[in-house]
Formats: sequence, structure tokens, C-alpha cells
Amino acid sequence: MGGYAFYVWGSFGVTAAALAVEAMLLRARRRHAVRQAALPEESMP
Amino acid sequence: MSPAPKINWFRFASPQSFYPLAGRLWTVFALLAAGFAVAGLWVSFFVAPVDAQQGQGYRIIFVHVPAAWMAMFLYVVMAGWAAVGLVFNLRLASMMASAIAPTGALFAVLSLWTGALWGKPMWGAWWVWDARLTSTLILFFLYLGFLALQAAIDDPRRADRAGALIALVGVVNVPIIYFSVKWWNTLHQGASVSVGSSPSMANSMLWGMLLMVMACWMYAAAAGLSRVRSIILERERHADWVKNAVAQSW
Repeated sequence: MGGYAFYVWGSFGVTAAALAVEAMLLRARRRHAVRQAALPEESMP
Repeated sequence: MSPAPKINWFRFASPQSFYPLAGRLWTVFALLAAGFAVAGLWVSFFVAPVDAQQGQGYRIIFVHVPAAWMAMFLYVVMAGWAAVGLVFNLRLASMMASAIAPTGALFAVLSLWTGALWGKPMWGAWWVWDARLTSTLILFFLYLGFLALQAAIDDPRRADRAGALIALVGVVNVPIIYFSVKWWNTLHQGASVSVGSSPSMANSMLWGMLLMVMACWMYAAAAGLSRVRSIILERERHADWVKNAVAQSW
């Protein structure tokens, strides 16, 4: 990368990692929402 | 006067009918995002030539520009949905605004981060307090303000209204960011691509950038639609249709 490797991979790597983390958080939120919605009405928050 | 006929296109304004549609759409957008990302990364690293001035370092453009565009674009979309939710008292529109905000904030962070990593080797500074950078930082704070305000209010509809106001007030910042490189003297380079003039970059560079923009666009749509499904489940959890939908899909 002609001496720019740190800057280029730092940009692409952090972006990829951030989007992967967001995808994981979305999946966790979905799981939580489904579990909560499946609770019986009286124990639902 | 006879009652007005029921208009069909508003069917998807109800969370109940939008929920399954969003479920189909987000997977389509996620697949498109992956496809555009593969093509865009390939062009970015293997097709686009080395820059005459910046060497390989310019390749940060392929992630920086899409992130910055998405940060601005998503803010406008978020404010638009928030306004529709406010004016027409439409729950789903407000939910869409809430669903977009975290992804928009993430892209704002990424545009600042990749900008710092580009600024250091080219300008010699991670950060300067110039108009473009400062207004983008304010954009990030506006996203945070929207999210924090909504999180602080327990009643969802009140949270929607308060969030809509901050989103609409903040939308004035977006043209300021966009035109900041024209209005003020700045270290930041001017637009390489703009309406009404031919782009000031090689064709393959332009294509790489546009493919990466499309990938980010599709990703943001997928993330927003996936998140709005969770928001619908959270807010409508007492409705019978949610119980049925959850019982069937789990």
C-alpha cells in the first residue's frame, strides 16, 4: 500500500468491523424483542 | 355524502402489514449490499489506478465518501420520516425514523474516523477545526441528541414527537455540511462529484466509489428495515397479531 497501509486498512477494517458489530446488535435486539413478545401478557413489561 | 373509498396504498402504513413486508425486503437489501460491496471492493483495490498525488493512500476515498454521504443522506431520510410521523400522527413513520438513527450515527462516526485516517498522511493532522469537519461532528451530535432524547422519554409517542422536533431543527445542518467546502476556506478538498459538472476523477475511481455508495445504501436500508421490525415487536407487543406472528416465526 505504498506506506499508507495503516491508514487504508485502518479505514476499511474499522468500517467492516463496525458494520459487523451493528449486524450482531440487530440480531440480538431481534431475539430479545421476539422473546419478550412471546411472554404471557401478565408477565410482559 | 358517501364515505370515501378505502385507499389501498395506505395499507403498509400500519405496522401489522408492514412487518412481513419489511421482513422480505431487508433480506433482499442485505443480499444487494453484499453484491455491491464485493464489486465495489474489487474495483477499489484491483481496478482503480494509483493516484498521481496521493499514491495508494487515496483509496480511503472508497470508504470515506460513501460513509459521509450516507451520514448526511440518512439524516435527511430520518428527519423526513419523523416529519411524516409528526404531521400525520403515523406511528410507523416515527418508528422508521427511530430505526434509521443508529445506523446514521454509525456512518457519521465512520466518516469522521476514515477522514482522520486520511487527513493524517495527507494534511499532517488527524483533525482540524474547519467548517466541513466541524459541521460533520455536529451532525454526529444531532444523531446522539435524537437517540438520547428518545431514550429518555418513556411514552413512545411523546418520544417520537420530541425526537421529530430535534431531527427537523437539525436538518438545517445538512446543507451547511454539503456547501461548507464552497462557503469557507478549508483544508478539505472540494467535491469530486457534483451535479452539473463532469466528475474530476478517473472513470474507474468514480465507478468504485459509486459501487461502494450503493453497497452502503443497501446496507443502510437492510439495517433500518431489520431494526424497524424489532421496534414494531417491542412497541406492539400487546397486540394479538404480534403474538400470532411471534408464535409462527420463532
